[in-house]
Amino acid sequence: MEAKISFKLNGKNVSITTDPLRRLLDVLREDMGCTGVKEGCSEGECGACSVMFNGKMVTPCLIPVGAADKQEIMTIEGVRETELGARIVQAFADGGAVQCGFCIPGMVIAAYNLLQDNSNPSDDEIRLAISGNICRCTGYDLIVESIKLAAGRAK
Amino acid sequence: MISENLTRDISRAMRRVDAVDKSEGRSKYISDYDFKDCLWARMVRSSIPRGKIKNIKLPQLPQGYYWVSYKDIPEGGHNYLHMIATDWKCFADDRVLYVGETIGLIVGPDKTKVEDLRDLIEIEYEEEEPAVSIDDGVACKGGAFINENNIHCHLKLEVGEDVESVFKRCDRVVGETIETGFQEHVYLETNGACCVPESNGNYTIYASAQCPFYIRKSIAPVLNIDPEKITVKQTTTGGAFGGKEHFPDVLCGPLLLAAYKTGKAVKMIFDREEDIENSVKRHPSKVVFRTGLDKDGNILAMDSKVYYNVGAYLASSYVVLQRGCFHVSGCYEFPNFRTEGFGVATNTFPSCAFRGFGAPQTLFAIETHMCHLAQMYGIDPLEYKSRYFIKQGDTTSTNGKIVEKVMIPEMLEQVLKASDYRRKAKEYKAGSGKGIGISFYNHGGAFTGNGESAIIKAKCRLHKYPDGTVEILNGQTEMGQGFHSILPKIAAHVLEIPVEKVIYKDPDTSRVPDSGPTAASRSTMIVGKLVEDAARQMKMRWDKEEEFEVETNYQHPEGFPWDQGTFQGYAYLGYGWGVCAVEVEVDPCTGEVTTKGVWSSHDGGHLIDEMIVHGQVNGGVLQGLGWASTEVMQNVGGHFKQTSMSDYMVPTSRDFPKQECFFVDNPYEWGPFGAKGLGELVFNGSAAAYIDAVSRAIGKRISSIPCPTEQVMLYMLDGKNIGEEL
Repeated sequence: MEAKISFKLNGKNVSITTDPLRRLLDVLREDMGCTGVKEGCSEGECGACSVMFNGKMVTPCLIPVGAADKQEIMTIEGVRETELGARIVQAFADGGAVQCGFCIPGMVIAAYNLLQDNSNPSDDEIRLAISGNICRCTGYDLIVESIKLAAGRAK
Repeated sequence: MISENLTRDISRAMRRVDAVDKSEGRSKYISDYDFKDCLWARMVRSSIPRGKIKNIKLPQLPQGYYWVSYKDIPEGGHNYLHMIATDWKCFADDRVLYVGETIGLIVGPDKTKVEDLRDLIEIEYEEEEPAVSIDDGVACKGGAFINENNIHCHLKLEVGEDVESVFKRCDRVVGETIETGFQEHVYLETNGACCVPESNGNYTIYASAQCPFYIRKSIAPVLNIDPEKITVKQTTTGGAFGGKEHFPDVLCGPLLLAAYKTGKAVKMIFDREEDIENSVKRHPSKVVFRTGLDKDGNILAMDSKVYYNVGAYLASSYVVLQRGCFHVSGCYEFPNFRTEGFGVATNTFPSCAFRGFGAPQTLFAIETHMCHLAQMYGIDPLEYKSRYFIKQGDTTSTNGKIVEKVMIPEMLEQVLKASDYRRKAKEYKAGSGKGIGISFYNHGGAFTGNGESAIIKAKCRLHKYPDGTVEILNGQTEMGQGFHSILPKIAAHVLEIPVEKVIYKDPDTSRVPDSGPTAASRSTMIVGKLVEDAARQMKMRWDKEEEFEVETNYQHPEGFPWDQGTFQGYAYLGYGWGVCAVEVEVDPCTGEVTTKGVWSSHDGGHLIDEMIVHGQVNGGVLQGLGWASTEVMQNVGGHFKQTSMSDYMVPTSRDFPKQECFFVDNPYEWGPFGAKGLGELVFNGSAAAYIDAVSRAIGKRISSIPCPTEQVMLYMLDGKNIGEEL
């Protein structure tokens, strides 16, 4: 059964008539064109699909789109346009955080989620903040360094 | 010769060319493409490890839905994939040899409908008893299905005197078996590909892949067409580690046949569970040593039998086994040495390339065996191992010589100083709950022996455009390792132009020459050199010509003979070398291991980019630590037990501490700006250092990996003490 679902996506009001049990991940990628949201594991384990949901990080592979009705979602496509998001992206590039890149949009979201509340995190706080995001390439060290770099560049 | 003024700045870190697009989510991976009028495919696979297919009962297929199987292969076509061997079938015909073997594809316009139809297919089998482990395979459980002994492939190497006669005059001969398990790649992007039929009768494949030219060659026999009628375009690839070296062929062969049958584009993307359960893995191994010693513990002769679990099809495994055997003597020269390798056929998913390509298993084995020999004589493993370090001019296990300077002593100093190994090794008593371990390792760069000139014959082109931009044309792929930043950097450096003026696109086989696979730690070392040479030639013509191309072909240096029939001679001209130390604490009640420090030093020649190399080291070392500890992949009765990222555990950001990395500068004569291969090297040693540390902390001998907490606990309760007679 289909239903009309409306939500705010990257600052714009959108609505879609669809099965409310479809995964939010699929709606974002297939219907909204947000292909920066990556599907890595389909079970909330890897964090590659992370998005901001009412200001908190979630994995939309586990969320039915019906739960997004009247809520506010920001994907990497929106985060990269913010001052903090852009600062993280630049720090990731300068700090060597990126290899294959598939986990990276999710990592940027995790960094954004941390730095919006904690502008000067310790190494341990950073490692905790990204511990739900699996990266198989980097060994995490340069991602941690890059998040510190982003924090240090705050105006 | 390396010119001084050109090497001056090349190592300085550069921002990767793909970093911003990837971070912003703009890079398009295969699942991000929207192919017009594309059909979806799902694989129908064997659910049993071994048996005959008696009947396949298909549901009624609606209009526009298709079943594709070996019966659709046109006359003259072949039902195999041409990897290195040609035994891996494109589709199973009347029998299946492993769980997950491709039987057919269900293809149609609606993804969900395709899945529903797949679930309705009923396959009736006549089951046979499978062989699953190496021991099962060797024992020919269920009857041999490969040759008369289940041995897919075999080789033997000997250095010095016959070891059996040396053993007779030894004080004692001890035996030990070291084992390693399956390892899953867990590239963050699962496998996926799309095959598009073109109006001229040709086909275009889009794939997440390491080796576009491999795919073309491998699948063309299915339709019996010229490989050039297939164009392969690599899409941004979300990690590979060897898992996308030959394995994409297993998707692309069936997709090609589906596109041929339907006349439409056909796409297939694996989900994670499908990818973990039904993809190649690192070969499980078993290395059986017999070592002859004098009364002081000096090694007089060593014999090693190396068994790799190859799975049902040989594919590339003979080459993996060879590399394993070439590395079993590690960083040591032993007076008399023999090794014999066996590729064992089992009814498991075929094993294939994984970072290190057979070397990590034997390096783990020799490092661990050396520790245990040392401890038997009450000698510190570091002191014992250092008696046998190989040096320039020494003889290798293939009776070649080490050509380059070996800087293990310098690297060791860096690691000892940073880790405070000597003090800790003395202070942390066996079984005290604290331990520090150390390992030594190497990795032969590029294809073995004369493989680069006899088999690969790499070519590379540079094109100068009138506006002063330069395009690099070759088949090397970016899969995360940074090669599409490294290569423009090399060209820009020689041409003295900004790196932004160098174009290097993801390969498209219809417009680039074949420069060989992106594998074997060969890209920087071999193809990087071809680009450097091409750029030097281009530079001489730069001012005179507006638009032109330069092509370079690989030439093997003379004077280093190799016989691929007998595996004798110079296996590798340049090795990467590594030293790694790991410190741990083990909870005496729970067996939980906390890693306190990880230190490494690597010799990758003269580095092209310090930051990219740093990232390679961190990632490779961590993958090795995962392989040693939490990455348990069991196969029971032919079925993998771990099928998701919740039960196959790769390290997170909190499982291991920040690493300290060191390098030595050791320019390699035939590499670009003196660089050597490094991508696999960095995986090869951390497992042995970790296990050495855990073993000392609990005071027990550990002889197999992975060794997760529960296994540590079992060793604590019921293991053999360190130093006991082997």
